[in-house]
Formats: sequence, structure tokens, C-alpha cells
Amino acid sequence: MSSSWPLWEVFVRGKRGLNHVHVGSLHAPDAEMAVRNARDVYTRRNEGVSIWVVPAASITASSPDEKDPFFEPSGDKVYRHPTFYEIPEDVPHL
Amino acid sequence: MDLEAQFERAVEAEQRVEPRDWMPDGYRRTLVRQIAQHAHSEIIGMQPEGNWISRAPSLRRKAILLAKVQDEAGHGLYLYAATETLGADRDDLTGMLISGRQKYSSIFNYPTLSYADVGVIGWLVDGAAICNQVPLCRTSYGPYARAMIRICKEESFHQRQGYELLMTMMSGTDAQRAMVQESVDRWWWPSLMMFGPPDAESSNTEQSMKWRIKRNTNDELRQKFVDMSVPQAQKLGVTLPDPELKWNAERGHHDFGQPDWEEFWQVVGGNGPTNAQRVAHRRKAHEDGEWVRAAAAAHASRRVAREGVA
Repeated sequence: MSSSWPLWEVFVRGKRGLNHVHVGSLHAPDAEMAVRNARDVYTRRNEGVSIWVVPAASITASSPDEKDPFFEPSGDKVYRHPTFYEIPEDVPHL
Repeated sequence: MDLEAQFERAVEAEQRVEPRDWMPDGYRRTLVRQIAQHAHSEIIGMQPEGNWISRAPSLRRKAILLAKVQDEAGHGLYLYAATETLGADRDDLTGMLISGRQKYSSIFNYPTLSYADVGVIGWLVDGAAICNQVPLCRTSYGPYARAMIRICKEESFHQRQGYELLMTMMSGTDAQRAMVQESVDRWWWPSLMMFGPPDAESSNTEQSMKWRIKRNTNDELRQKFVDMSVPQAQKLGVTLPDPELKWNAERGHHDFGQPDWEEFWQVVGGNGPTNAQRVAHRRKAHEDGEWVRAAAAAHASRRVAREGVA
């Protein structure tokens, strides 16, 4: 049965120079079949030049809730952004 | 603020819900039911057209039809994957489909009697599906919305190949033109039914709109489809089989007749022309594939044991 086939997360590089991006998941008995299935399911129209498959169970995620205090430390540090600094208009190349 | 109020506020503000977010049980249940039903429709939808692959009139048409049917399989897989992000089990869903406990779009319970049906399904059935699906690209549940974006891109090929096929037939012989018209006559009303019952009788619409799962009502989408199809039919040279169909300048829309809702409920209830055949075929394919799934799993586990690699 397919549920005894593990779940794989699929990442596709759209073209050279870009990162691999998560596109979805699929079931497959092993890594090799997962890559082959991923080609047929997620790249039927030249969507990719490279595929990664990762066992879904091997992914460690930050936290169950995606909008929680974990990311708070960066919230109040506006001085990390260039727009924080006021520079006169007539200063060139800045 | 409690979780439910927080959730509803986020959804109203057009924020996307992602798999691990808290969500009301009803939201999760509604989504699993709707996405699974949609996935089943894609998978069952392979059958009526798959029927014509071996009889397509040229290699070009055969290759196109193969690609289209393969797309339907892909669409089913994107959608099953989306249900799994909600905690659904793939085997449970397949079990529900082949035991008749979950439904799929009633349109696939009509037979494909002539080759013109391949064109009309692309034009009208996929056209109606696009009307239904484009708004779902903005549905509140992230994985569903992303699956719909992929699907809509591919459906556009489906609709165009169908219309082109029909244009080719309409420029052929009288017999070919008659075949197209006969097919349109059979598929027009079932296509209108694809949007579901009239708003007044649609039990799920209100809550689904509130949760931003659904973005338009059944009747709104049906109207949009009729308005879209009329000029396409004119250009093609076919007549849509509805004596009440006419432009209403005041409304800025076409008026049109109602499909036979009694027939709709009969087909939904399992009494359509091919309900039993479609499910039996899917069940047989699943059962016949059991040894392949078992062999692949055995091969994989033996490799792990021998080489220590997954």
C-alpha cells in the first residue's frame, strides 16, 4: 500500500542560477523512485533542471506555529535595514 | 483573543493558512472533503477521455490526449498531497473513493460516445473547471492555493486543445459538424451542473465563503461560464441547446435556463449513466496494482537492509 511508501518532499531548481524551491510532496518506495516520480509529477513542462527529494520525516522545522515568538528577536531591530538611516538627498551613490 | 477568533480575523485579512497553523476542526474537515473530492475528480476524469487514446485519429491527437490524461493524474497527485498536509491518509482517501463513500464531480458519470466528446470536454468541461478553479488560486489554505495555481496553468492547454480540435472538425464534413453539435447538446447541461446546485440549495457555500475557502457562489460562477461560452459557441458555429439563452442588456449578462436538477441529484446519488463503471474501473486498477506496490516496497526495504541506504 502506498502509505507504507514514505512521503518525500520535492524541491526543484527552475533554472541554473536559482535555488531549489519546494514544490510539493509524493510517496515513493525509495529515493531513486522518488526522483523519477518527481520528474513526472512536477516537471512535465520544463519546470526544472535539477530535483532534490528529502524524506519528509527527516525535516526539522522551527516550531509548530509559524508566527510565534521565535522570530520576534528580529522584529524590533529596524536599524538592520538601510531605510532606517536618513541621508541627505544630495549625497551621491549612497 | 481565543484561537478561533484569531483564525477568523487572519482569514478575513486575506492571510494564508499553512499546514501547522491552528485551524478549526470544521475548516480542516471541509478542506479535506473538498480537496479529496477534487483529487478524486481528476483521477476519475482520466477515464472518459482515456477511452479515446487508442482511437485518436492521428499521432498528433494521440500525443495531445495522452499528455492531457497524464496531466489529470498529476493534478490528482498535487491535490492528494495537499490533503496530506492536513493529516489525511492517502490510502484512506483511495479507499473512500473505491468504496463509493467519497464523491467526485458528477460530470465524469456521463459516457464519451464520440470523438467529438474529447473536444467538447476540453472546451466546456475544462472551461467550467477553469471558472471554478481560477478563484481557488486565492483560497485561504496555502497548499491548496498553490496546487490550484499549477493546475490552472495546465488546464489552459486542456481547454485550448479541445477548442482547436472542434474548430478542425467544424471545418470538415457535414457529418463531422453534426457530430460536434450532437456532442455539445449532450454536454452543455451537465457542464452547467458542474457549478453545483443553485445558491439557495447549496448547504456548504455560506461557511466556505466565510472561511475564504470558496471565493464565489455557484450561481455567480455559472453565470460567468455562460457569458464566456456564448461567443465561443458562435465563433465555432454550434448552437447551445437552451431556448431561454439570450443576452439581457439590462443585467449585462446572458439569461439562461436551469439544468434538470432532478437529474443532477440522481447522478450525485450514484444513478448516473456510468457511476458504477467508473468506480469499478478505479477499484480494479488499484487492486491490480497491489503487487507492484508490494514489490517496490519489498525491493526498497531489501536494499536498505543490504546497503544501508534509503
